[in-house]
Amino acid sequence: MAAFIVRRSVGAILVLAAVSFITFAIFIVIPGGDPAERMAGKNATDENIANIRSTWGFDQPFYVQYGKMMQKVFSGDLISYTTQQNVIQEIKRGLPATISLAVGAAIIWLFFGVLVGVISAVTAGRWSDRGITILALIGISMPVFWLGILARYYLGPENAGIFPDGGYVPLTDNPAEWLYHMILPWFVLAVLFIGFYGRVLRSNILDSINEDYVRTAKAKGLHPRRVLLKHVLRNSMIPIVTLFALDFAGVIGGGAILTETVFDLQGVGQYAARSVRSLDLPPIMAVTLLGAFFIVFFNAIVDFVYAYLDPRIRPS
Amino acid sequence: MTQQATDFTLDTAAELAEREQGPIEGRSPWYLAWRRLRRNYVALGSLVVFLLVVIACIGAPWYAEHVAGTGPNNTHLTDTITVNGEQVDVISAGGTVTDPNTGQITIKPVTVLGPQLWRADGKYVLGADTLGRDVAVRVLYGGRNSLLIGIVSALICTLVATILALIAGYFGGWSDWGITRTFDLIAALPVILLGIALGAALAINGFHHGPINIESGSLWIPILIISVILVAYVGRPLRGQILSLREKEFIEASIAQGSGPFRVMLGELLPNIASTILVFFTLIIANNILVEAALSFLGAGVQPPNPSWGTLISEGQERIRTAPWLTIVPGTAIVLTVVALNIFGDGLRDALDPRAKVRIEH
Repeated sequence: MAAFIVRRSVGAILVLAAVSFITFAIFIVIPGGDPAERMAGKNATDENIANIRSTWGFDQPFYVQYGKMMQKVFSGDLISYTTQQNVIQEIKRGLPATISLAVGAAIIWLFFGVLVGVISAVTAGRWSDRGITILALIGISMPVFWLGILARYYLGPENAGIFPDGGYVPLTDNPAEWLYHMILPWFVLAVLFIGFYGRVLRSNILDSINEDYVRTAKAKGLHPRRVLLKHVLRNSMIPIVTLFALDFAGVIGGGAILTETVFDLQGVGQYAARSVRSLDLPPIMAVTLLGAFFIVFFNAIVDFVYAYLDPRIRPS
Repeated sequence: MTQQATDFTLDTAAELAEREQGPIEGRSPWYLAWRRLRRNYVALGSLVVFLLVVIACIGAPWYAEHVAGTGPNNTHLTDTITVNGEQVDVISAGGTVTDPNTGQITIKPVTVLGPQLWRADGKYVLGADTLGRDVAVRVLYGGRNSLLIGIVSALICTLVATILALIAGYFGGWSDWGITRTFDLIAALPVILLGIALGAALAINGFHHGPINIESGSLWIPILIISVILVAYVGRPLRGQILSLREKEFIEASIAQGSGPFRVMLGELLPNIASTILVFFTLIIANNILVEAALSFLGAGVQPPNPSWGTLISEGQERIRTAPWLTIVPGTAIVLTVVALNIFGDGLRDALDPRAKVRIEH
């Protein structure tokens, strides 16, 4: 097991290095990406541009630039090209909103996803199942930003007046306002996953309900609810746990970019979206690395938990 | 939608022969699948809906010329149209109005013509936007771009994924290692973020390196970005399928007969994964339409004034207070198309292989 962990960690570090290099390379290859010209503004002289180039080190070979940028990422001195602000500080400022959004939405989508999946599997073929299946399908077919725009407007102060018009209130400032501002973004982000998890769980349950061990449990005279919860659901949940870990990582690592932008939550994703619009490499690099880190980290955890739970896939 | 697998599994050549009271005949798997699909009316209905959307979008120029009488980018800021015999401004100017009796000044906002349905003889059926452009025409033209990007990127994505999966699964060893790691790497990238970064960067100057010349407004930019992003999602399960097929006796027999790698890959392996590829292709079009909308919404996909469903929503978002139809109409078009494709994809999967577990992760 120790060798497994070591090998996974080395692999994870290699993947992160490759991700950072690809992100960097994209901005070297793309012609519109010369940061010195953009920083100098519209009426800059050649001398001006050359000046900026040498002070920021853009005239150095790309591998030197890459090395320096990586060094700055880890020492926390990474400076934005356009706003000249410290990127790591900006990300730290955005993290509470992003984590609030991701954790809240994850709890909601896991709870409702399992509920929806179980109900439609138990009532398979009946109207409740069909209705839920159609709703789940519409849920996964909606662009999340579109749903967000409509929900923010029609449930917001100008129409239904139930929810506020976007924005983020820190939990430490006012917990009630925090909750009030987060509920709508949570549900909007969760809708897609609820539909998706419900569908996956439904088919998993229907598969395992016909297994021999379930028949054995029923034959023993166990209460149907106990069979469902202890035997069927426990087995059907394994793929859901994998999905959940990876989706959660994806949402924290930039997947909530659309929801954050639509609801103006000022999180990491919205910071990234703003930086992308000005082609500001340092923040994009930092956010991409953060996202990749979460994805790789949760991937490794899933593999580890799997290896622990199921000896058959334990690597020899 | 997803009918129970058990409905289908009995539908075999032997069962058909019994029902038709004839001898057992060899039936191709495609014929059996078609028989199963034929009974799934919901899936067939969804296919019809999708095809109608496609036909409507293809017919956009006809609609623009003969029904709406205006192009997708023609502005009508000062026009008036006849609605039920009355003259109505497409865009009525705002400003201040002074009441002559009380002298009170009220501010009149700019109002945009809303959906007229058929009251204005086919003009502004779904309303106008803030430049007086016909929303119905723009949604149809936008659909051409969205569908084109969705379908072409799905084609490229499944084609590349299939080739890579065949190579990795057949040769194994180093090529398998390299391709699997590439898939892992793509899956570890925060794809939306990188897609936006790429799209935004390319939108400025396009891509000009060596023989490849892509102009900045080209649809190839979102098409290629989306294809690359999703290659791993299709490639990984395909590779897994080929790995298990590779160990089967019929492959061994084919190699023993002297078939070369090409022949085994195209003649033996490909037909065995064709149904999976077809299902993936359908479902990934739906997915790609959503990704295109997201990229365009964030300004990294189709570039205005060229419309797509994503850019239309993005334009409408700012006007939701005065003209909500600008947001509602293109979004509804997306939901309709994607739901239809998802239902049809589900039905296709159930019909082609009742026990298959093809799934696209978002």
